[in-house]
Amino acid sequence: MLNYIWFGMIVIGFAVGMMNGRIEEVSQAVIDSASTAVELCIGLLGVMCLWTGLMAVAEKSGLVKALAKIVRPALKFLFPDIPKDHPALGAIVLNMVANFFGLGNAATPLGIKAMTELQKLNPDKNTATNAMSMFLVLNTAAIQLIPVTIIAVRTAAGSKGPADIIGTIWMASSCATAAGIITAKILAVGKRRLR
Amino acid sequence: MKSISAYAIPVIILVVLIAGMYKGVKVYDIFIEGAKEGLTTVIRILPSLVGLLVAVSVFRASGALDLIIYAFKPLATALSIPPDALPLAFLRPISGSASLAMVSDIIKTHGPDSFVGRVVSTMMGSTETIFYTLTVYFGAVGIKNIRYTLAAALIADFASVIASVWACRLFFGG
Repeated sequence: MLNYIWFGMIVIGFAVGMMNGRIEEVSQAVIDSASTAVELCIGLLGVMCLWTGLMAVAEKSGLVKALAKIVRPALKFLFPDIPKDHPALGAIVLNMVANFFGLGNAATPLGIKAMTELQKLNPDKNTATNAMSMFLVLNTAAIQLIPVTIIAVRTAAGSKGPADIIGTIWMASSCATAAGIITAKILAVGKRRLR
Repeated sequence: MKSISAYAIPVIILVVLIAGMYKGVKVYDIFIEGAKEGLTTVIRILPSLVGLLVAVSVFRASGALDLIIYAFKPLATALSIPPDALPLAFLRPISGSASLAMVSDIIKTHGPDSFVGRVVSTMMGSTETIFYTLTVYFGAVGIKNIRYTLAAALIADFASVIASVWACRLFFGG
């Protein structure tokens, strides 16, 4: 799947670029984006180490397990395949909490930690499990308590009510989350039947 | 309201460290051990990220994205998505920084409190950058076959676009 999408984007991009006479811009974009990827990783490196380190402490003390216990019913519905008390659940909860409070810097490392734990439960290391797909879908439609970035942009543009859109954002992301959960659940069942 | 986010990180760190001390965990030693894990993970992500960003930038710089947007214009009109918000609907799942730039631009042109301004603000705030999230998370653990994940994420994204327009109409009229 990813192979085709990646191949398609690049080939179509080059073809369109040649027809548009924008091949110079395209060449420049290739080189620039490769360096951007490195910059992103370097930017991520410090916070990643910080949060995986703190996660290790939280896990050792039993804090993660306690946190996962509180939201167990919801987790059981979303991730029926993860055994209870598995460290993956704790990491998932912390990632959700970080997303909810808009802590992007914390959410990504915690999410990656959750994926690492989910991978330990995976019998086929190359293929995503249902739990992984559900987790990713929840992350792409993450509900945020206060969408700080967009409020800042609106304030800078001189809005009379920069935070007016909080309500609509909650509504839209709830719809997105619901649609994502339903779709992921349906597709998971469909795949199981095929097997 | 902003102060909640400012307090969140110190509070989380304090709770983790105090709970660790209370349970007799060697907090510093364990922290260092855990932090090492972060290092290897980031290195594992880099190749996937280079691949993703190159494909996305080629697609955008060539004008291929504009073609797709043009092709979908009739559908947007049918779903009553404002035409000025349409490019963002396609850009949002692909590139976070580019869509933020686009939102700023639309807000500057039409005003932050215009209908379009509110719709794009809502769209920006209600979903994540799908391609980036998938690349980083799956790349970190080396998953190659992502099965239905992209399909489900795109359907969620589509729902958020429709819901953004709908919610803005409900809240602000227009």
